[in-house]
Amino acid sequence: MTILEAQSAIEAEIVEGTGRDGVEILSACGADLMSDVMAFVKDQVLLLTGLINVQVVRTAMLMDIQAICFVRGKAPSEEMIEMAKENGIVLLRTKLPMYLACGKLYQAGVRQGGVRKIE
Amino acid sequence: MTYHFAVSGDDFSRAGNASSEMKKILQRLGIPPETIKRTAVAMYEAEINMVVHAGGGVADIEIDPGQITIVMSDHGPGIADLELAMQDGYSTAPEAIRELGFGAGMGLTNMKRNSDEMVIDTAVGKGTTVTMKILIPGA
Repeated sequence: MTILEAQSAIEAEIVEGTGRDGVEILSACGADLMSDVMAFVKDQVLLLTGLINVQVVRTAMLMDIQAICFVRGKAPSEEMIEMAKENGIVLLRTKLPMYLACGKLYQAGVRQGGVRKIE
Repeated sequence: MTYHFAVSGDDFSRAGNASSEMKKILQRLGIPPETIKRTAVAMYEAEINMVVHAGGGVADIEIDPGQITIVMSDHGPGIADLELAMQDGYSTAPEAIRELGFGAGMGLTNMKRNSDEMVIDTAVGKGTTVTMKILIPGA
């Protein structure tokens, strides 16, 4: 699924990176704790989060995550938008809460989650 | 090649600057992407730990043909129970840090999983030095 298709599925708007909305995403991760993102996420991921600070964008950058969607109507700060722009990361926002955003994305066909087995 | 970074302890928003810089350097050197990601995550978690627990510190990175060595040193409080600290989900980070998206108790295990070798030298009241080695495949 492309970011553009995901945008439609989760009723989101693109805040930054409209030119890169054709990028493919294979899986998604809903998390507010960035270490969990680093523990479980692989490639071509859409990160859904309710957390607003620059470390979200930095985590995405270091993990090669190409798209972040902020849920519950939250908006990224100017500093976050700037950092995303510099690193080619697409930022979206939706008014949906985390649970519904994840559910709608799953229903639309993004079925892959984390890659590491929890023992 | 060696690189040195000072990690400031007073500004959480700047935590991770050294790891971001290091990632760019490794990309320029043509290191395989998977190795870059492992190095970046291991170093980033260590950097966050330094800022959250130790008031900052220093990071020294050495790149050899076959491996990357990251040495993160601080003069913080040290780790009282290392075995406990290494358990997934165990954290002594204050609540305010969790609100910033960290303190999940995954940092040290993320560092270990992304390294081929990790050694922690810590003493209560003196500080902590974490040495992580990451092999470069095909080198």
